[in-house]
Amino acid sequence: MNSAQIEIQLIASLVAIACAIPGTFLVLRKMAMISDAISHAILPGLVVGFFITQDLNSPLLILLAAVTGLITVVMVEQIQKTGLVKEDTAIGLVFPALFSIGVILIAKNANDVHLDVDAVLLGELAFAPFDRLIISGTDVGPKSLWVIGTILTITVGLLIAFFKELKVSTFDAGLSASLGFSPVIIHYGLMSVASVTTVGAFDAVGAILVVALMIAPAATAYLLTTNLMKMLLLSILFGVFSAIAGYWMAHALDASIAGSITTMLGLLFLMVYLFAPSKGVIAVLYKEKQQRIEVSLITFLLHLKNHSEKRERHVNHLREHINWQKVRAKTVLELALKNNMIVIDKNIVSLTEKGDEFTSQAIDYIITNEDAQIEDMKDDFFLFRG
Amino acid sequence: MNLNEYFSLVFSDYTLRTITLGTAILGAVCGMLGSFAVLRKQSLLGDAISHAALPGIAIAFLITGAKDTNTLLLGALVSGLIGTFWIKGITSKTHLKSDTALGLILSLFFGFGMLLLTFIQKQPNANQAGLDKYLFGQAATLVESDVWLMASVTGLCLFVILLFWKEFKMLLFDPDYTKTLGFNTRIIDILITSFIVLAIVLGLQTVGVVLMSAMLLAPAAAARQWTNSLSTMVILASIIGALSGVFGTAISASQNNLSTGPVIVLVASVFVLFSFIFSPSRGLLFRQWRFIKNRRDLEQHKTLAFMYHIAKTHDNISHPHTIKILNNFQGFTRGTLQKLVKKNYVELEGNMWSLTDEGFKTASNLYNQQSNE
Repeated sequence: MNSAQIEIQLIASLVAIACAIPGTFLVLRKMAMISDAISHAILPGLVVGFFITQDLNSPLLILLAAVTGLITVVMVEQIQKTGLVKEDTAIGLVFPALFSIGVILIAKNANDVHLDVDAVLLGELAFAPFDRLIISGTDVGPKSLWVIGTILTITVGLLIAFFKELKVSTFDAGLSASLGFSPVIIHYGLMSVASVTTVGAFDAVGAILVVALMIAPAATAYLLTTNLMKMLLLSILFGVFSAIAGYWMAHALDASIAGSITTMLGLLFLMVYLFAPSKGVIAVLYKEKQQRIEVSLITFLLHLKNHSEKRERHVNHLREHINWQKVRAKTVLELALKNNMIVIDKNIVSLTEKGDEFTSQAIDYIITNEDAQIEDMKDDFFLFRG
Repeated sequence: MNLNEYFSLVFSDYTLRTITLGTAILGAVCGMLGSFAVLRKQSLLGDAISHAALPGIAIAFLITGAKDTNTLLLGALVSGLIGTFWIKGITSKTHLKSDTALGLILSLFFGFGMLLLTFIQKQPNANQAGLDKYLFGQAATLVESDVWLMASVTGLCLFVILLFWKEFKMLLFDPDYTKTLGFNTRIIDILITSFIVLAIVLGLQTVGVVLMSAMLLAPAAAARQWTNSLSTMVILASIIGALSGVFGTAISASQNNLSTGPVIVLVASVFVLFSFIFSPSRGLLFRQWRFIKNRRDLEQHKTLAFMYHIAKTHDNISHPHTIKILNNFQGFTRGTLQKLVKKNYVELEGNMWSLTDEGFKTASNLYNQQSNE
């Protein structure tokens, strides 16, 4: 590994951390698409800023573009407030319009602007180490590293200072307002951080990867934990891991670094989406199947309890009476047998004492819907875990 | 070329005619299907689908090695559909919300597509140039066969929409009711979503991945402001979409260095802005005007009611009072008094006012209405 490679990985990791922090809150506040809107809508701000400063890494340009991001948020909110269209339509109307203005500005001034729309969307991390910050003759490192480092420091500082406020307002906006934290200030504070991060990172990794780095690690972490602190740490971890693994993947394939990092994020999300212990698709499907069987079991037991005549309790009759498929009937019958809830005597099914008690409890729960009665059943049945 | 030249050339020049026809048809079909997307609150789905289509284009190219538009669009269609159904899977099977699912699929698929595109670009068999036109679209590359494809897809969309009009409409406004009537809502849902994906994929070549969502949304959002009927909205959205296409092409053709996609989007945005402001029933301008008018009416009624209470204490209702006593009353201004005079409710004489018979009657009715409510 040479120093340029290390620097690229360092920049990518810092961008990942800087994005993961606001991203977690955006995902929790159901505002993930705002990051997409901001990342597109900053284009006109960038172009105008570039006309003025002629330098993609100048703080003034970053500020101008970030203000454009905030203007986008305000515009979306204003349009939404008129009630003429829904929020998602408002987002979908504002950012393409702003992005179009940016594209046209670039196209009309192609000779003066060394800005490429592709570069804005995709970034070129590979060139980041070549643009160096030189202070009084000494080379102190790549400019992007300093830009994103500064943004990250500010973000972390704000996070530590306002963690409690953010947490309360994210999970209970009403409570936080009544405690005296202005929801407006917290909202716009978060939006400002998201804007500044997007602008600071776009140069290195491009607008789309910023969106991916904001949403994907947070969404992945959200499938694994319900603790805010853990979610933040996990999303930072996922972001950094994807950044470094993505770099080496790009190295191996000789392809875009931003694309590779996104792909790594995608693979990571796919794995967690499928295999997460309690919220992954496989776990959910399994749970749904169990619940279905358990509902059948209870229906079956209730049927037994309601009928004392032998004809109604014959094994073959049950199948046609409750109208189950053969396989399902067999599963349910076996499950009930295994739990000692029924006995089968000459093809006549009857409830055991345990089965009888269980059925009474279950019907009680269904009627009253009170949790306390079924505390001890929760360990055995998915159905009662809620 | 200026706009006049454009319009004189549009019927004779092959390229201009093809492009104009293509963008007009695209605008129409997007407006038509976009109406459903907007009303189903799936506005941003278009954005996600168009981004999700990118890896499909790249994979189709990697497999066939050819740049045939139809093959690439087929790839885009498949990957767009995968993205759409994954979004549905995420929202239905996990606790992630739809905005997160949209953002995820959008960025992850797009990133993967970019990885593939850059990978293709580094391949030695250089036949790959021009794949990136799908990013921002190039209307100029439209040829007659593309327009025919668009026209036939539009025809198909129209046919299906007319055939399932009742089902679509019902699903749109009351999905639960539709289900209880015995319609298979899942199939209707898949059908309509698939057509939205199809329309988006068609537009990739012309306006590109990034701006495609606006093509879908803007005409529908503009049309929504003018009507409350679904059929009128669909027709209006198609017309607005087609007009955006034509005007966008005209403006971009009449200037140098102006790509068509962004201009079409901006024209459509102008339509939206115009509709937001000037629509008679929902528009901001008329709403503000109605608001002010209501407030004035209310103030006038308040003054009249106040006068009525004073006049009631006298035997003769037309007994004159000084204007001064009204000054303590909040709703009172010179203006409202003049208006009351004009309506013949009040008579002025110097510094004195008196209620007319008509004014007294109106005021007492006013009072009755209030107490009845």
